[in-house]
Amino acid sequence: MTADQWIALIAGIVGGALRVGAPFLFVSLGECLTEKSGRINLGLEGVLVLSAMAAFGGAYLTDSAWLGVLVGAVAGALLALLHGLLCSLDRVNDVATGIALMLLGTGLAFYLGKPLIQPQAPQIPAIPLGFWSDNPVVRSALQLNALVPVGVALAVLLWWGFARTRLGLLVRMAGDSAQATRALGYSVSALRIAATTAGGFIAGLGGASLTLFYPGSWNEGISSGQGLIAVALVIFARWSPLRCVGAALLFGGAGAIGPALQSIGIGWGYHLFNTVPYALTLVILVFTCRPGSAAAGSPGELSSTRS
Amino acid sequence: MRRVLGEFALPVFAIAAALLLFGLVAALAGVDPVEVWATLFKGAFGDWFSWQNTLQRAAPLMLTALCVALPARAGLIVIGGEGALVLGGLACAALAHAVPLPDNAAGTVAVCVAGAVAGGLWIMLAGWLRQYRGINETISSLLLAYIAIGIFKHLVEGPLRDPASLNKPSTHALDEGLRIGGIGGSDVHWGLAIGVVACLGLGVWLRATASGFSVRVVGGNPRTAQLVGLPATRLILSACGLGGACAGLAGAVEVAAVHTNANASLIAGYGYAGILVSFIARHNPVAIVPVAILFGGFGAAGSLLQRRVGLPDASVLVLQGIAFVLILASEGLRTVDWKKFGDRMLPEAKTYDTNHDRSAAA
Repeated sequence: MTADQWIALIAGIVGGALRVGAPFLFVSLGECLTEKSGRINLGLEGVLVLSAMAAFGGAYLTDSAWLGVLVGAVAGALLALLHGLLCSLDRVNDVATGIALMLLGTGLAFYLGKPLIQPQAPQIPAIPLGFWSDNPVVRSALQLNALVPVGVALAVLLWWGFARTRLGLLVRMAGDSAQATRALGYSVSALRIAATTAGGFIAGLGGASLTLFYPGSWNEGISSGQGLIAVALVIFARWSPLRCVGAALLFGGAGAIGPALQSIGIGWGYHLFNTVPYALTLVILVFTCRPGSAAAGSPGELSSTRS
Repeated sequence: MRRVLGEFALPVFAIAAALLLFGLVAALAGVDPVEVWATLFKGAFGDWFSWQNTLQRAAPLMLTALCVALPARAGLIVIGGEGALVLGGLACAALAHAVPLPDNAAGTVAVCVAGAVAGGLWIMLAGWLRQYRGINETISSLLLAYIAIGIFKHLVEGPLRDPASLNKPSTHALDEGLRIGGIGGSDVHWGLAIGVVACLGLGVWLRATASGFSVRVVGGNPRTAQLVGLPATRLILSACGLGGACAGLAGAVEVAAVHTNANASLIAGYGYAGILVSFIARHNPVAIVPVAILFGGFGAAGSLLQRRVGLPDASVLVLQGIAFVLILASEGLRTVDWKKFGDRMLPEAKTYDTNHDRSAAA
């Protein structure tokens, strides 16, 4: 390979990690917050698709990308609120509810989004990270979605919140021991519903970054299961918001290897590279899990890490 | 009798409520709800043509639902049926391509068995990871599903691709003689019979055989199972293997009866829909049959809804979503103690027993 091809390959992977990683970052932070409170939300796929549509629609109607982002996040929060409420009923399984909401969210998004397939909406501004280079490939690859820094800031905020604030401690307590929470006089259900809703709001930002940034249109194939796999990302990050950033970039980068190789003429293994993060997560689980105990670092109340 | 009626009343009520809500959605879109309901019924169960469409969709749903129901009875929540289905279809097409098979029923059985084995091993892997490595099966089966889909796409677009399939990468088509035909010349293929027989057979297995009963004990009360010395790991692995085999069979049947080759159309979400079918049937294999037919009917009505009343094709997804949410919620309303629910929303310092196993199978 020539030097130009190497640059194109690396720029493609780094740029792809930043672009593809953006929705991963938000859904993983949202799922992280939800799981910290002791509940799993498989419905984030529905949240992601619905908020992607809502964000695009909001931006199209209000002519402002940032209002669109807000609309998307609120739509995500509402769907997650429904999940939170349903799961606090007795005998309602959170896994099944998550799958049902995935269907409902996608259905609503496709239904309401029909008129949005054609038009153009204002886009989130890009931060030109590639300003230092005069190679056009590098410059175009390093156009950073302005939501990404917001996501990183959010990760730091969550990390600080969990470690240092009263509210963060309460959420963690609801996730680690429902009994202790009740004994101290707090409502487990209310805490979990609040955390799930806030998680949906954050995941909604991921939806917005799908439709309001390159390629920047709404279509029904907008998500390829990024919401569903948020669960794996959180395990990968071992329930730490800071590690979520790295996990999201890694998942995004792995997804970008295939297209980047294709752009320089190597088509082999496109789909296999896409599966690398999942295989890696499984390998990590193999090494960190022991029969009869929960995965390292997981909230104690989380049913999905128990076996 | 009263109890049985009670079991049916809530889901029926939930579906009625879902139809009502959906009528409201249609009314908001400026369509007469009565016409929508009539069209829904007509598209799903109105005439023989609709019935064929409905049953054709119900067949894979029954089999993928079994992939959730059987492990669930052994105490595992497996959500990776989609992966087993996809690999089953792939194994079916790959075997037909790689080995010269007799061009008759024996060959058809061989490709179906290949699919079942592939799917069974895949889900058994999730069970093995849980029993021997302590990895939660819900997560591992989901990861395995993504890996399976990656392998599927890689092979279908690479080594197994039929060079003649230009626009849509596919494997070589199955020989005429290997395909599964319609029942009595209709569009309903024999996969439906396979699905119904599998549901009934496995229902009987769980209910009336010693090994089936042992599986239920392991799932229902692991402590008892341990005390009486049941081989829990072996039972769990067989439940996973059987369930996965059903989903793999669904993939093989879809290939042999509908698509004639393995291509991306196989990844149609039957695995995920099967999760909901199984939960609504409360993991009872026999109850899966009517639930799968009902949801096959919703799917079948979609295109008619689009043609007749001009609602987008996604509207049926909305209806399914509403119906699933309401049915699952009704499960919670069954035993709800409204006073306690109200109390729980408020802070209090009482100690409840922590309901850890709420997500375990019913």
